[in-house]
Amino acid sequence: MFELLGITPQALYSQLLVGLINGSFYAMLSLGLAVIFGMLNIINFSHGAQYMMGAFIAWIGLTQLGPWLGNPQFQLNYWVVLLLAPLLVGAFGIVIERTMLSRLYKLDHLYGLLLTFGLALIIEGLFRYAYGVSGQQYEIPELLQGAINLGFMFLPKYRAWVIIASLAVCFATWYVIERTKLGSYLRAGTENPRLVQAFGVNVPLMITLTYGFGVALAAFAGVLAAPIFTVGPLMGADLIIVVFAVVVIGGMGSILGSIITGLALGLVEGLTKVFYPEGSAVVVFVIMVIVLLVRPAGLFGREK
Amino acid sequence: MNRTTLGFILLVVGGAIAPLLGVYPTFLMKCWCFALFACAFNLLLGYTGLLSFGHAAFFGAAGYIAGHSIKVWGWSPEAGILAGAAFAAVLGWVFGSLAIRRAGIYFAMITLALAQMIYFVWLQMKFTGGEDGLQGVPRGMLIGIIDLTDSMNLYYVVFAIFLFGFFLIYRTIHSPFGQVLKSIRENEPRAISLGYDVAKYKLVAFVLSAALSGLAGATKTVVFQLASLTDAHWHTSGEVVLMTLLGGLGTVFGPVVGAFLIVGLQNQLADKVGSWVQVIMGVMFVVCVLAFRRGIVGELVALARKMGVSRV
Repeated sequence: MFELLGITPQALYSQLLVGLINGSFYAMLSLGLAVIFGMLNIINFSHGAQYMMGAFIAWIGLTQLGPWLGNPQFQLNYWVVLLLAPLLVGAFGIVIERTMLSRLYKLDHLYGLLLTFGLALIIEGLFRYAYGVSGQQYEIPELLQGAINLGFMFLPKYRAWVIIASLAVCFATWYVIERTKLGSYLRAGTENPRLVQAFGVNVPLMITLTYGFGVALAAFAGVLAAPIFTVGPLMGADLIIVVFAVVVIGGMGSILGSIITGLALGLVEGLTKVFYPEGSAVVVFVIMVIVLLVRPAGLFGREK
Repeated sequence: MNRTTLGFILLVVGGAIAPLLGVYPTFLMKCWCFALFACAFNLLLGYTGLLSFGHAAFFGAAGYIAGHSIKVWGWSPEAGILAGAAFAAVLGWVFGSLAIRRAGIYFAMITLALAQMIYFVWLQMKFTGGEDGLQGVPRGMLIGIIDLTDSMNLYYVVFAIFLFGFFLIYRTIHSPFGQVLKSIRENEPRAISLGYDVAKYKLVAFVLSAALSGLAGATKTVVFQLASLTDAHWHTSGEVVLMTLLGGLGTVFGPVVGAFLIVGLQNQLADKVGSWVQVIMGVMFVVCVLAFRRGIVGELVALARKMGVSRV
């Protein structure tokens, strides 16, 4: 069958793998956007910039930090930054939420979008000034170098790790929000913050931590992405627009919906690369148009 | 004489004599193109309350259509510009009919995603010249008599196009149609309950805004003899939002002031601090949103009201 279409099975599998990887990033980023939107009613336009910050922290930790400290041997390895970058970027997000976003909750939601767009311009501009537009390479950690022979294809270990790690994080998030007491506070806060506040739950703190968490998720994705994609100031900007389309397709009402939509669209994109390469850049947008025509609220969405 | 009339007179006289005072005409023409673009955008955001984050699609698309029809098909400049604007209107109809299916934040995301899709289409199509853009578009003769290679002639044509668009927008927002748009902005459920077909009004406003953005983009192509990907990039969409926000959302003259400031700033800063321009624009966004939501003209109007000169 493959021969008839002029496509080798290897090409198909490897593109499906690439699609699954991209899908994991879509899933993690759209999940973060959905969690933030649920609590703050803000679309975090700086999500892409915060993802980029995560990747840059990984790269700086490995190659720049030692020389800065006057000890070229010193470096933060992949596993340390995988924990550290989300914490740093999450803390950065909390500062932003407390000092800026919290002033906008009473206004039209569009101001939040505009503010975070401005922040994205600032962050990307600063990194561009410091490191130029060209990308930096980040080496795959030693433990995950090499590939596994699956019989029908070679699976690079690092790519397998990215898929496992992102799925684990996505489902952990889903579990916390849908199945724990903390999650029930969150969901209640999304529905009716004033009532939840009246029950004695500290809603403003919850909002702050939610933003910090969503942003940390973006940074975690950034660290995972560093060894696969080149680390550059613009790596998040174009990605985030695709993620917006993913969010429109899935609708932001459901956590599981965001995850499934993200993965599925990554796979569709991978398949498009095999069968019609010219269309791979736009296929997600085309699907968005179709979904808008057929089911405007999104596949998992509900009209508010 | 009220303030708006005064503003009009200042605008027309200022625009007419500025190049004679030694201001570089190409710079001014760029300003007028962006001013028209921002005014068209303001019709949507300022008066209808719809935030489109994909307006560069219309600006850029009209540029390509105008450039291609003038350069390759040998059309006259006025036909090329009209073709560009007409194409932008059609594109606006397509974007609009899709985007108004969702409100608020989704509207912004949909327009952004659609614009990005168009961007990729231009990137891959042959006739646009990809990264290099469509270069060497001849200026030619307007209606066969006005020689546009003379930059003074071109300047007054561009200024006239701006005034046409500006006046059209002014008439639109002060017409009964414009009042309905404002009522949608203020209270959409109420406008629906009064029996207005809100979706239709939004769509017409969107198409009008897209067409005028296209007019601006096509004119810019004739001025710079170039249609490029930059004009279709989301950065340009962000710029036009900033111009409108900085000048004053929902004010008649605000977007013009904003456009002149941003284009002027970019001109001044580009050769000195190149890569900082983006940071400065980001800071302006943050400051405008946090502390300066009325924008420059909006603040002036509020100040004048406070001092008791309350005529708009």
